[in-house]
Amino acid sequence: MNFMGNSVSRISIKKAARASAATALCTAVLALSACSGQSGESKVAAAPAVASGPADLGTALRVRLITEEQYFNTLSYVFGPDIRLAAHFAPMRRTEGLLQGGAASAGVTASQLEQYQRTASGIATKVVDPEHRNLLVPCKPADEKAADRACAAKFLKAAGRLLYRKPLTDALLAGIVEKAAANADQLKDFYAGLGIALEGMLISPNFLMVADRAEPDPRHKGEQRLDAYSLASRLSFFLWNAAPDDFVLKAAESGEILTPKGRAKVVDMMLASPRLTAGMRAFFDDMFAFDDFDNLAKDPKVYPSFTGVTVQDAREQTLRTVVDHLIAKKGDYRDLFTTRSTFMSPALAAIYNVPAVPSWRPYEFPEGSPRTGLLTQISFLAGHAHPGRSSPTLRGKALREVLLCQTVPRPPANVDFSAVENPSSTIKTQRERVALHLKNPVCAGCHKITDPMGLALENFDGSGAYRTTEKGESIDPSGSLDGKAFTDVVGLGKALHDHPQLPQCLVRRVYAYGTGGPTSSDDKPLLDYFDKQFAAEGYRLPDLLRTMVLSEAFGEVRDERAPAATSAAAGAAQR
Amino acid sequence: MNFNRRRVLKGLLNGSAVTVALPLLDCFLNGNGDALADGKPMPVRFGTWFWGLGMDSKIFIPKKVGAGFDLPEELDALKPIKDHINLYTGFNAFRDSSPLLCHYTGWVIMRTGIAPENGDNRPGETIDVTVSKKIGRTTRFQHLTATATGDARTSFSYENANSPNAPEWSPVNFYTRLFGPDFQDPNAPSFKPNPRIMARKSVLSGVMEETQDLTKTLGAADKQRLEQYYTGLRELERQFTQQLTKPEPLAACHPAKAPQEAKTGNDSVLTAERHKMMTDLLAMAVACDQTRVFNMAYSAASANTIKSGYEKPHHTCTHEEPIDDQLGYQPNASWFIRRSMENWAYFVDAFAKIKEGNGTLLDNVLIYATTDHAHARTHSLDGIPVITAGRAGGKVKAGIHVDGAGSPAVRVGYTAMRVMGVDIPSWGTRSNATSKDIGEILA
Repeated sequence: MNFMGNSVSRISIKKAARASAATALCTAVLALSACSGQSGESKVAAAPAVASGPADLGTALRVRLITEEQYFNTLSYVFGPDIRLAAHFAPMRRTEGLLQGGAASAGVTASQLEQYQRTASGIATKVVDPEHRNLLVPCKPADEKAADRACAAKFLKAAGRLLYRKPLTDALLAGIVEKAAANADQLKDFYAGLGIALEGMLISPNFLMVADRAEPDPRHKGEQRLDAYSLASRLSFFLWNAAPDDFVLKAAESGEILTPKGRAKVVDMMLASPRLTAGMRAFFDDMFAFDDFDNLAKDPKVYPSFTGVTVQDAREQTLRTVVDHLIAKKGDYRDLFTTRSTFMSPALAAIYNVPAVPSWRPYEFPEGSPRTGLLTQISFLAGHAHPGRSSPTLRGKALREVLLCQTVPRPPANVDFSAVENPSSTIKTQRERVALHLKNPVCAGCHKITDPMGLALENFDGSGAYRTTEKGESIDPSGSLDGKAFTDVVGLGKALHDHPQLPQCLVRRVYAYGTGGPTSSDDKPLLDYFDKQFAAEGYRLPDLLRTMVLSEAFGEVRDERAPAATSAAAGAAQR
Repeated sequence: MNFNRRRVLKGLLNGSAVTVALPLLDCFLNGNGDALADGKPMPVRFGTWFWGLGMDSKIFIPKKVGAGFDLPEELDALKPIKDHINLYTGFNAFRDSSPLLCHYTGWVIMRTGIAPENGDNRPGETIDVTVSKKIGRTTRFQHLTATATGDARTSFSYENANSPNAPEWSPVNFYTRLFGPDFQDPNAPSFKPNPRIMARKSVLSGVMEETQDLTKTLGAADKQRLEQYYTGLRELERQFTQQLTKPEPLAACHPAKAPQEAKTGNDSVLTAERHKMMTDLLAMAVACDQTRVFNMAYSAASANTIKSGYEKPHHTCTHEEPIDDQLGYQPNASWFIRRSMENWAYFVDAFAKIKEGNGTLLDNVLIYATTDHAHARTHSLDGIPVITAGRAGGKVKAGIHVDGAGSPAVRVGYTAMRVMGVDIPSWGTRSNATSKDIGEILA
């Protein structure tokens, strides 16, 4: 008996039934929307409703540690941008191509908690200092040298709701207010007591950990969905890289966010918000592994123009290009790899060898320029190269892994490097060097995967500067990508643009990022659906985001939790 | 009159300042200078140090075994510290049936005794974490981790698979954490408990309750993460309690002024500068008894340190530089290892130059220095070198070269743990499992 076969069959049947039901529901919603004329209630123009997508098993319930950027974005939105401090939290572990994937398994060590506490202390002190208190604390205490429970409660209730991403229970609020009052009396300072209560909130797992909560899905008996607050958080951390704001939380409080129409209203507001830019910058920063730029450096003797400012600006240039093209212009994602439009800074102009600009400016490379698309930007070229030279292998590997979601095998441990130990002065170009790899069958297997497209980028040195020769030898930038041959980097950009896996990879990364963990083979029908929608909508990111977050699957969860052996309380008590 | 500091300080209440004028040094120690004034022995501390990409046995392994060993050219920089260190060669790290994960398997074995199964696998906990559970619970920080690479990802310390101990990489941030506003100077003439710390401590109980409430709603794996979170809160509580307690004076504790921020970049000169800054802070943190367990990474495994003007960073160099016919080794690869050894010498000397009691801080420390491969060019684990420094409060001899004759290299770590009082019958798994300490170095 084939157990797996039966199992798959059962799921397929369930999915087919669910898909049918979803379509019916969607039709009803469309009709209701057309008749009710309620679209005027929304703050943004009503966008067309979308199909809810095929049924899916949903995502696992996850508990995500918020990232450093999510932490500061949230606090900036709650308390103002000048509340930000120069603090750094432990990096997440990249999982299936995304740091965000590591957030669902990251532990919090004692050292990290100490770091959170120090940061919380700095922030809370700022929030209640004389410069900020009048703006951020919505009331004045009767006596600044004593407790004022009513005023403290007013501030802590409002801040707590935004930080914990749901209203505080009366009992929890009362406990926090009481601590604030006791400390205010002890310290003879209302604001000090209030600040320390805020510190406590900022080191609570209710703030630092985003825990999915499930509830029975009334539309699908026996199945589970995210509760309203969890859905609000999932949407917000995905689209804004920050906690939900008052509008989104209100939609959760009323339950509106759980209805297809209500969710669409919230989503359209979120997509229209300027916070979407921060959210998508965070996504592409993660997908493009720009965290590597925190430690990127070049040998100043080899590349004297490449400085720390170049590193920062190269990252910024690509993010500006992406956001402008995908969000502002609502462009085709694939065109990012052929566009000549970008932004230029003074530090970058020196490497690109273009006229100096006084500050960041939109910039268009002239027609016929080899600078076409993200592959020819410094972030890609210098980010995937050695400190003192280019690397066709690193560039080819990044193209496959980062942009096409493929996996290039690790080099074997027992590889014989003697072929590339290059004592011969007759070998001048990288093409000649990497050709030596192909002499060894052990090396050739992987280098055939990475080098042919990496070599097309050889007109750019390890700093990203354009060149036509290497050590006096003319560079041949021809290459191929999965059967498509080209003569230069412009051809590589076109081949990548037309590669079917380019948009598919984005779809997988975006969905994994938005739901907080890697996709699985169970998600294939859903991802296929997103692929088709993405293509039908002209590969436009805002439409893809909308399709994804309005799909039923986005809010569905499966509870895979194993019963725990001990509770934290019992475990901790034993310690 | 029997001068009793505790008696003088008794009566400290409600944040009132207490001023005591005591001559330093004389009153810190007992009459012999080998114990603290209250009769407790000098604390023994444990540290680790890491350098990437091993060595070249032809110019690294001394000819002579035992005391008075020679220093081959790759170890030339160790002359000033030779009498403070033990060198272990001829030991092996065993992967058995596990894959050879280049630049990963080796260091994980040396720090945990276990060969990892894949690049995402972090088995067990690292040796420093184990030791810190034994000797680190009375200091402000249970352990401290720092790196000279400037990269927040360079750490060879972890608590479990999902919890690396993130390193300090910025000298300014490290200084602030150690000696900033929350530092209680043990030699300050007065001590005033900070009432805000008391207030901070008071809100922790509420956070703990919230943690417990959240934990109840989670599955097993996430429950464990929240239990770890809860433990962190308890540790924070302990830290606050300690900040409210007058510390014992420590003659060796003299924090320098706040450093400037270090330059970024992988050039070996910049790396050495950062290593110096982070080392000085770390050594002073130990002298001030802020921690008794510490980790420093000079470079990463697959080190990407740069030799100015040379196009290949260290790791690439090990694979692509030909062996020089005349010299018989890769000259640039060896150049990088020599820089590593210079920095190791600096690290050891930083502890040796801090006086403590009748000797130096190094006398009361044992530092365990490991790498990722024996010979990086071939990714070998056979003959993976280890170096230790310090005498662990007289429990360990120094100035000895030990030949392991192919036995498990984790014997050095096992011996170190036993010296630190970790009572384990054996360490490591499969071929790395050992219950045999290295008797040659035990005093």
